[in-house]
Parts: sequence; C-alpha cells; structure tokens
Amino acid sequence: MDQFIVQVLNGLDKGSAYALIALGLTLIFGTLGVVNFAHGALFMLGAFCAVIFSRLISLSHEIVDETRTDFLGNPMTVDVPYMHDIFGPELGASIIDWAVPLAILFSIPVMIGVGFAMERGLIKHFYKRPHADQILVTFGLAIVLQEIIKAFFGANPIQTPAPEAFTGSFDFGVWLGYDPLTIMYPYWRLVYFFFAAVVIGAVFAFLQFTTFGMVVRAGMADRETVGLLGIDIDKRFTLMFAMAACVAGLAGVMYAPIVAPNYHMGMDFLVLSFVVVVVGGMGSLPGAVFAGFLLGILESFASMPAVVDLLPGINQIVIYLVAIIILLTRPRGLMGRKGVMEE
Amino acid sequence: MLGIKGKDLSVFLLVAMLALLAPFLLNPFPVDSAMAQFNAGYPDLMQRFVIFGIFAIGFNILFGLTGYLSFGHAAFLGVGSYAAIWMMKLVSLNIIPGIIMAIIFAALFSVVVGYISLRRSGIYFSILTLAFAQMSYALAYSVLTPITGGETGLQIKPGDDPLLSNLAEGEIGRANLFGLEMGDSAILRAGGWEFTMNVGYYVCALVMLVAFYLAIRIFRSPFGMMLRAVKSNQQRMNYTGLNSRPYTLAAFVISGMYAGLAGGLMVAMDTQVGPERMFWTASGEVVLMTILGGAGTLIGPVLGAGFIKYMENIVSKINSTVLHEWFAFLPDGMEDFLVTIFYPFVGKGWHLTLGLMFMAVVIFLPGGLVEGGQRIASIFRRGKKSGAGDESAKQETPAE
Repeated sequence: MDQFIVQVLNGLDKGSAYALIALGLTLIFGTLGVVNFAHGALFMLGAFCAVIFSRLISLSHEIVDETRTDFLGNPMTVDVPYMHDIFGPELGASIIDWAVPLAILFSIPVMIGVGFAMERGLIKHFYKRPHADQILVTFGLAIVLQEIIKAFFGANPIQTPAPEAFTGSFDFGVWLGYDPLTIMYPYWRLVYFFFAAVVIGAVFAFLQFTTFGMVVRAGMADRETVGLLGIDIDKRFTLMFAMAACVAGLAGVMYAPIVAPNYHMGMDFLVLSFVVVVVGGMGSLPGAVFAGFLLGILESFASMPAVVDLLPGINQIVIYLVAIIILLTRPRGLMGRKGVMEE
Repeated sequence: MLGIKGKDLSVFLLVAMLALLAPFLLNPFPVDSAMAQFNAGYPDLMQRFVIFGIFAIGFNILFGLTGYLSFGHAAFLGVGSYAAIWMMKLVSLNIIPGIIMAIIFAALFSVVVGYISLRRSGIYFSILTLAFAQMSYALAYSVLTPITGGETGLQIKPGDDPLLSNLAEGEIGRANLFGLEMGDSAILRAGGWEFTMNVGYYVCALVMLVAFYLAIRIFRSPFGMMLRAVKSNQQRMNYTGLNSRPYTLAAFVISGMYAGLAGGLMVAMDTQVGPERMFWTASGEVVLMTILGGAGTLIGPVLGAGFIKYMENIVSKINSTVLHEWFAFLPDGMEDFLVTIFYPFVGKGWHLTLGLMFMAVVIFLPGGLVEGGQRIASIFRRGKKSGAGDESAKQETPAE
C-alpha cells in the first residue's frame, strides 16, 4: 500500500505539468480551433522567466568592505545585490531566495504579452488554413523560440533552486500512520501540485462563473451564433489565447526547480502533452486535466521496479501505449465531445 | 520514354543530370579560394543529399498525395537501418542483401503501424504515428539493446565475419557492391578545382533515380489519382462506394518502404546505426524537407532535402572568424555591428535560420520552393506573354 501511495505522489508533479500544458492546448484548440505546436515553447519560456527574474533580482554591484580583509591584508571587495540596498540585507536576501515564486508575478505580464503578440501577429492569419499548416507554422515558431533562448542562455540546463524553506523532503507517511521514512516526498513537488490545482481551479472558475467566461464557452460551442448576437468574439478569443499562454508559462515557472530549464524542455513536454490532449479528448477541458494526471501517475507506476521486471521497457512506452489503445477503442478520447476534429 | 512523357520527362532528366553531375556542380569554387567552404561536393554530404532525397520522395507519396501527415516516419528509416546492418554483420558485406532486407522489414513494420494508425485521420493520425515512432525509439534505446546495441548503436566490428564474405582474420569488413567498395573515390583535379567522384555516391544517386522514376509513375497512375481523391475529399469518395483504406494503406506502406530504402542506404554508406535515427525530431526533419520543397510536387522533396542538408552542413560551419573576413572591407564599427547581427543566425544557430525560413515558407509560400520558382517564372513569362504564366503554373501543381 505504501508503495502505491509513493507512486501516486511521484506521478502527481509530472501529471500536474502535463495537465497544465494540456489545459492550455485545449483552451486554444477549443476557442480558436488552432493546433498549437508552439505550446511547449511557451512552457519553456515560462521556465526561462524564472531564470531571467532570478538573475535580474540578484544583480549586484561591488563595494569595498573596510571591516574585512582579503588574504593580502587589503580591504575586501564584496558583491552586494541591489536588493540589499533597497530592502535591507535581511529582506533583500529572502527576496532573492524566493526568486522562483516571485517570478510568477513577473511571468504573468510577460507571458500574456507573448501570447497576445503571437495570436495577433501570427496565429490570426491561420484560422482559415488547414490544420496541417497550423501545425507546421507553429512547429517552425517553436524551433525559432527555442533557438532564440539557446542563443541567449546557452545549451546547458540552468539550475534554478526553490526557496530554502521548500528544499528537502518531508515525511508524508507519518501523516497517514505509516512508519517514519517509508514515504518521503520533496516539499517543492507538493507545492507544485497545489499550485497546479489552484491554477486549474482558477481557469475553470473563470470560465464557469464570469460573464466573460460564459461568452467564451458559448463561442466554443457555436462561434457563428455568438458573432451574430453582436459580440466581438475574436477579441475574447485573443484574450483566451493570452491566458492559455499564461497558464503554460506559469507551469514552466514553477517547474524550474524540479527540472533545470534548458532550451529543449518545451519540445520534450509538447509531444507528451499532445498525447495527453488526444487521450483526454480534443476540445474537452476536464478531459485534458484528467488525462494529464492519469498519464503522469501511470508513467510513475510503470517505472516501479516490480513492473519493469515483469515487462521490461514498459516505463518508456506506457504513455504511448495507452494513447494508442484509447484512440482505437474510444475514438474521441476519454471525454471528447461529438463533432470536434472529426474529418 | 519509359512511360513518362512531356513535363515529367524533362523533370526526370533534370534530376538525373543534377544527380550525375553533382560532384562538379556542388564544387563551383577552387579549393584554395575563400569561397571554398561553400563547396558541398564531398562524398559524405552528397550521399546525404540523395539519401534524404529518397526519404522525402517517399514521404511525399503519403503526405503530398493523401494529405495524411505522419510524424513518425523516422521509425521506418530506423528499422530499415537496423535490418541492413544485421545483414551486413551476419550474411554479406555486399550492400544489396542489406538494402533488400531494409525494405522488407520497413514494409512489414509499416503495414502494422499503418493498419492501426490509418483507422483515424487528421491530428489523431499524426499522434498515432508519433506514438509508434517514439515507442520504437524508446525500445531501441533501452529494452531491445541486444538487437539494437542501445545507446551506442551498431557498427561493423573486427570480430564480425559475414557468411558470404571471405574476410581475413581480424580484418574489418567494408561495405561493397560486388567488390566495388563504397568508400572508394576518384579525385579529378583541374586547375584550382578538385572534384571527388565517390562510388557510394553514385550508387545512391542511381538508386535515387530509380526511386524518383517510380514516384513519377505512382503520381501519374490511376492509383495516384485515387490518393489525390483521398486528399481532396475523402467523404465524397466513400459515398461513391470506394473504400479508401486500401489505397491509403498502400501509400503508407510504399512511403515506409522508401524510408526503409533510405535507412538501408545510410547503413551501406557509413556502416553504423543508432537509435537517435528514430527520434521524433528526425521525423520532423523529413516533414520540414517535404514542405520546404513543396509537398505534392515531384521535384519539391528532392529540392527540400538538398536545401536543408546543405544548410545544415554549410551554414553551420560559418563562425565569427569567417563573418569577420566577409565584412572586413567595412569600417571597424560597422564590421563588428554586422557580425553581431549575423552571428546568431549561422554556426551553431543555423536552426534559427531554418526555423525562420520554414515559417516564411509556410506563411507566404504554402507550395514551398517549387511554388516560389513558379511565381518567379510566371513573372518573367508575363513580361513576354501576359496571362500565359498563370495557367501553366496551375497545371504544374498536381496535388491541389
């Protein structure tokens, strides 16, 4: 039983990332009808927002510290971050320590801007083109985005640690009445899971309980009629694109401490996220979230030593295998709606 | 001639000319000149031009004609490569059995994948093929290590003693075609120029010409017509009582066999294979080639393959020193400025150029380089005879 819980927990953080990316993909697909292959690149941009932000706030200048001396006996020069000047040494240090969570605030406007620019500048012209063209142009855009990041940040992963308070693991098993040290779980992964749950909840609440969300849902169901009612649905859909970009970005920011950001992390996640979307059902938001967690957890179960001994290699292919089985038995995916993407 | 005529024949002859004269055409600059780095006439690169040409021609039979966008074609290339290297390790160093086995295995594998994937269309088909390819990659990388050599892949080693080749003790086998070694080349020097005529390249080029000829025949056959019908309106085709599945499956298997042939040839040239050949980026690359050249056209995929491989090898070699040499005639500040601007696009950043160019092609030229060429040609023609250019341009785009 404890093994079971461990695997579910391990699957949660990856599942959260899949769910968040798949949610954004489905939002874009459901509203604009565009298959966005650059969505993984948005996730990657989000992770690099964390990198950029933590570099920005640790910018420092040199001062000469008279009280200390270096090994030659001269007064020592030390780097002092500007944050220490502005907020004092203690608060400044903790701001730098909390760079990743604070980067959320930085990433929201950035990602909304990126999403807005992307939709208005490029995607807008592709509504009427075939899906193959949309896939290709966004695939090209993904290559461009990741090469730009590579040009600025290099090809190596950049370590972006979580705040001091969240490093290390805690003993999850004790809470459930197991012996100490049976179920250990890193703090940050739990944070990530709760964060993902909050973001997903917020997106659903936004769509469900606001007038804006209601119009968007109506537009998803029947775009033409909503347009005939005198509502500028394109403008709202543009905002939804920006929001989807923002969700992907947030997923990326918080994922930075789990996997050090590198320029191709977006592509790695994109392929799997597409599988997630298709498994969940094209155009179904709950389906995307459900399939994200499902596949994340399945992946972690498949990598249990007992399972790998029984079926070698299963941990590598389980997601694809599940996708193939589901697509062949339930053609619309787990929760797909009728008439979506059925040529 | 040979059952093709008119424009097709001239296209075929053009490709044949280009392929046979490639060692000369691709080496337009003397060896010692500053432009020598743009020479692409070395055997390794020329072989890759034609091998990826074959791969893209095959992919085009599926994507260009039926519109089914497969994101997993590299799997067939990889399966073909593994089959070929095992034949060369165990049976004969002659490349013929290896290539035949590569085609057979790729065909078998593509029958299985195609039979399952073609039950769905559109993005679902893309995802299914992608899933199969990623599975093959993951398995080749991990569990199938006894067959595939895992991460290191397979090479011909000193211990290998193929049944039909009489190797001396400890001799490392080399790929050959009835005794003609693939690595042999004749080097022709004329003035400052140097032309390498490589046996392997010419073998590949001949195979490519045969493959290209077959593709033309497929394009112009009633079968090709059926495939175009699938692309333009599959539903209507079904309503008229035609079952499109056998046609699409046949197209899928044929393009899988082309991929297997390309994989076999790759092994015949460099006698090694690794699982990264099946990674999804490799599948993406052939999609890029076909689209960039012009999907659904005859010559497009060949152009696209040549173009991307040329970029990959030549643009990626330009570094900041070379850039400084180019702009040396400018004042210093200007020189540095231009070098800073161009540097991210060349050398290691060539993917950026590729991505931008690819986007530009998809946005402005959905018909690829071929359409670009036609537009330019029609501008010139309109100068002479107004209106005539448009009609002929339309006729040249068969799959639309």
